[in-house]
Order: sequence, then C-alpha cells, then structure tokens
Amino acid sequence: MNYISTMIIPIIISIILLVGLKEKKKVYDLFIDGAKEGVKVTFRLFPTLIGIFLAIHMLRSSGLIDFLSNVLSNVTNLFNIPSEILPLAIIKPISGSGSMAIATDIMAHFGPDSNIGMIAATIMGSSETTFYVIALYMSVVKVKDSRKVVIPAIIADLASIISAVIFLS
Amino acid sequence: MLNYIWPLIILCSFIYAIISGNIENLNNSIFESLEEVITLSMTLVGTMCLWCGLMEIVKNTSIMDKMTRVLRPILVWLFPDAKNNEEAMENISMNTISNIFGLGNAATPAGIKAMESLDKSNMDKRKLSDSMMMLIVLNTTSIELIPTTVIAIRASLNALNPASIIIPIWISTIIGTLTGIISTKILIKRSKNR
Repeated sequence: MNYISTMIIPIIISIILLVGLKEKKKVYDLFIDGAKEGVKVTFRLFPTLIGIFLAIHMLRSSGLIDFLSNVLSNVTNLFNIPSEILPLAIIKPISGSGSMAIATDIMAHFGPDSNIGMIAATIMGSSETTFYVIALYMSVVKVKDSRKVVIPAIIADLASIISAVIFLS
Repeated sequence: MLNYIWPLIILCSFIYAIISGNIENLNNSIFESLEEVITLSMTLVGTMCLWCGLMEIVKNTSIMDKMTRVLRPILVWLFPDAKNNEEAMENISMNTISNIFGLGNAATPAGIKAMESLDKSNMDKRKLSDSMMMLIVLNTTSIELIPTTVIAIRASLNALNPASIIIPIWISTIIGTLTGIISTKILIKRSKNR
C-alpha cells in the first residue's frame, strides 16, 4: 500500500501534464498563474495559524489540556476516539481555518506519522466545515424550513471521523 | 463562535497555569508558538503553490468535461427531481467536479448557482427541495481526490511520506459521503410519508 501511495502523486502530475500537452495548452504559464494563488492561500491562512497556535500552546503548556483530556476521556472512550483528537472534532464543523490550525498543531506535537497525527490529518482532509456550508447554502434561497438537513450532515461527519479512527488504530 | 472560544481558552490556560505553577512554561509557549507558525508557513507555501499550479492546468483542459459525462448517471440518481432542470444539473456537476479536484474557489460559486436554479423549480418555496438537501449534504462531506492542504502540512512537518495520508482520507471521506447520501435519502423518504 505504501508503494501505491508513493506512486499516486507522480502519476497524477504526469497525467495532468500529458493531457495539457495533448490539448496544446501553455502548461508552464498556467502552472505559474495557479502557483500565485498558492501564495495567497497560505498567507490568508497565516493570521489564523497564529491565533490558534497561540491558544493551543497556552492550553498545553499550562497543563490544562491534560486535565481536560482526563475528564473527557470517559466520554471519548465510549466512541473509541483518542481524547487528544477531541478539540479538532469539536472545532471541525464550525471553523475551517481554525480546525486546520488545530490539526496542524496536533501533527506537529505528536508527529505527522504518529497514530494521532494521522487521524488528525484524515479528519482534516475528509470533510468540509459543515455548519458554514449549511449556513452559506441556506442563505442563497429564502426558505424557512430546512427539513432537518443538519442531521444527515452531522451523521456523515461522525461516520467519517469514526472510520478514520478505526482504520488508523 | 471562535470570538468566545478563543479568549476562553487563553484566559482559562492562564488561570490554570497560576494554580498549577506552570507559569514559566506558559510564558515561553507564547513565543514558541509564533516561531512555529513562521517555519511552518514557509514550507507550506511551497507545496500549496505546486498544487494550485497543477490544478490551474486541470481547469483549462477537457478533464473537467470528461468527468461531467462520467458523473451524469450518478447525479441523475442523486438528484431525481432536478434531472429535467438542465441549468441546475450543469451547475451541480460543476460543483461536484470542482470539489473532487479541490478547487474550492470554483466549487462554491457553482454550488450557489445550483441552489438558485433549483429554487426556480422548487414547488414549495418555504421548504428546501429534496435536491437542495442532497446538494448541501454533499458539499458538507465533499470528496476530494488529492487533499492538497493536508499533504502540504504533512510535508512541512517532515512526514516520512506526506502523500501516504491519501488512502485513509479516501476511505474516510467515501464512508462519510455514503453515510450522508443514505441518511439524506432516508430523511427525504420519511418526510414524504408523513
């Protein structure tokens, strides 16, 4: 499986370039254009990273996070979720950039290849900011009755978090 | 929301540090956290540029059109009451494909346009239509082929193989999306029977 995932990225890059060349696109110019967007995205994220890292580091260095993890582990053990993941699972549906910063912090603290780091990365990559999406899409149309659309969205979130934990533990 | 959670975390940490005698650790961590963000961002920007560049090429080729044709039968099954609404179907497939390729900037405008065109064919304007519900749920779970940001962060933290996260993410996102689709279909059916 490791071999497959080593192959995925080079293969995808090659396919994109081959299709581009076949359709006579200026692949290099397009690439440079898009890369500029990458700079913008990262620096848009920068202030959020500062804010969240500051808070989480204070939470950790004060020892408060160990205290909270101990208290909450009774609940998380029910679902087999490591309590270190809990802050991420809570912020994930509310704030996209906030949860990204928390996931990054978890990966940095426990190591990107550790079990917990991998789970955090998977949760990060496997769903969107649920409440934000619902609010945005609901604001487009003038409906009063959401027909409880939030329920399947939350169930889906839980399913992907739990499957990440099961698969990686 | 974060306007309350963020200060609460910081203030509680400060108080707890005083009680537990960790105040020196706390003080050091403030400056360490800033330093960590700087090093992280510098490496992150490289990988982000790589992916945004590649995706710009994808956007300009026929890859998107071909995907639309492959997705069509699936979308007809997911959005049965919109299948005669050509404008809506077009926007829905644009939205889905942009999500798959991680083109957030293209996915959201297409999704919003899809909502607008679905609204035109909505019988009861006070309620979300079935297709609107499905569209919203699909956008909350959002299948992404290459989770570029996560790979970029892992690379900047010196992971052994940054891309090895792809397979766990695929599995978890597919399970999440299928669960979302099934529970939406059940919810739609139940509200019809009432």
